[in-house]
Amino acid sequence: MTTLIVNGMEYPLDLADPRVTLLDALRDKLGLTGTKKGCDQGACGACTVIADGRRILSCLTLAAQCDDREITTIEGLESHPMQEAFMRHDAFQCGYCTSGQIMSAVALLGENRAGNDADIREFMSGNLCRCGAYSNIVSAVREVARHA
Amino acid sequence: MREFRYERPSTVAEAISAVAGDPDADFLAGGTTEVDLMKDGVFHPDLLVDITRLPLRGVRKNGTMLQVGALTTMEELAADRTLIERAPFVREALLLGASTQLRNMATIGGNLLQRTRCRYFRDPAVPACNKREPGSGCEAVASVARMHAILGASRDCIALHASDLAVALVALDAVVHLQSEDGERTVPLTQFYLMPGDTPNRENVLRHGELITAIDLPLPPEGIRSTYLKVRDRASYEFALTSAAVALTMDGSVITEARIAMGGVGTIPWRGFEAEEVLRNAPATPDAFRSAAEGMIHDPYVVPGTAFKVELAKRTLVRALTEVTS
Repeated sequence: MTTLIVNGMEYPLDLADPRVTLLDALRDKLGLTGTKKGCDQGACGACTVIADGRRILSCLTLAAQCDDREITTIEGLESHPMQEAFMRHDAFQCGYCTSGQIMSAVALLGENRAGNDADIREFMSGNLCRCGAYSNIVSAVREVARHA
Repeated sequence: MREFRYERPSTVAEAISAVAGDPDADFLAGGTTEVDLMKDGVFHPDLLVDITRLPLRGVRKNGTMLQVGALTTMEELAADRTLIERAPFVREALLLGASTQLRNMATIGGNLLQRTRCRYFRDPAVPACNKREPGSGCEAVASVARMHAILGASRDCIALHASDLAVALVALDAVVHLQSEDGERTVPLTQFYLMPGDTPNRENVLRHGELITAIDLPLPPEGIRSTYLKVRDRASYEFALTSAAVALTMDGSVITEARIAMGGVGTIPWRGFEAEEVLRNAPATPDAFRSAAEGMIHDPYVVPGTAFKVELAKRTLVRALTEVTS
């Protein structure tokens, strides 16, 4: 039996088939569909979650590897200033990449890498936005970083 | 993805014997290449032995050596104070090598073993790939190529080694510690990778069931001038077209010691011994840099899609040398 600790809640999981990724476990077994499946091959960042304080890609992580790890998903953020800033700055269009962008941006603040626009762009580069909302995403992250 | 069994042993010895006991077993660390290739159907191990919780993690300074546990993540090594002070070009290679999410997952040992990005290797629907199916041919040579190798390449395989970190570590003369059921051994990274020859499926000297446990990084003398310059199609989060790791020791305007390696050009991370020889005790001038670049890139094997890399690689090295000496 594998135990996932997601947003502070313990979820015992029977992973008889170890092919289940963390992403699929979150979405299909726990019903936490805020984490999105974009490319499913580690290229787009839509599936970004925070594991033991670090941002990772849930699509390339096996759920079995996360036994007893503390996972935070977009559902675990409670009106985080980053979410409000994304809305205020219109930092999305279709919204599909947004939860991954926000999880990545929240981790970015903890890494102290949001000091200037060039750093924000570089250290958010693992999160693609096909709608091209990048300039507004940078604005949102910059605003939260300044007030952090 | 095909079915497999998953195990998570609690000791290094158990992990090694679990893999050694099954010819279709593999170690699983960060998974950033391995899980991806399993989804693509390129890898289909029967057993995955998860090593991520084994005590092979951390960076320790020991005299003039930085000892890096194989399961240290790219992000953890990039944050090491000694590395930042003494070998900043290694840190640059780490940071330019992947997104933060990938750096938090990918381990140093795994990074050295990352597989090529050759699209024909990564697509099992393509029948001809000597690396995937020995003896089947090379679709990249016959078809469209671009992100491919020009050094160490042949009509049998032009797959590029994709790691940025390995390029920097080859320049640094890193040493890899290996452990198997037969005991332990060390291999210089410059002798770790195998040229494809007519067996491109064999990429390094690792035997089945042998595990990378640590990597020793000899610290260069204080005061080196170094850079890792990466040229690519977009400004961030992209594999190299060409890259250069350069570490020079200078006495005034004369180069007294040079470490050179290039990425984006070779079937293995390409150490530039000839370029180093050209630069040793040479004045830091454009002519010397160009001579070094000619020594670096000679006898390339090109196909129409990769011909541009010959001049691009030379200019990349010249620019890296110009930047560190100015």
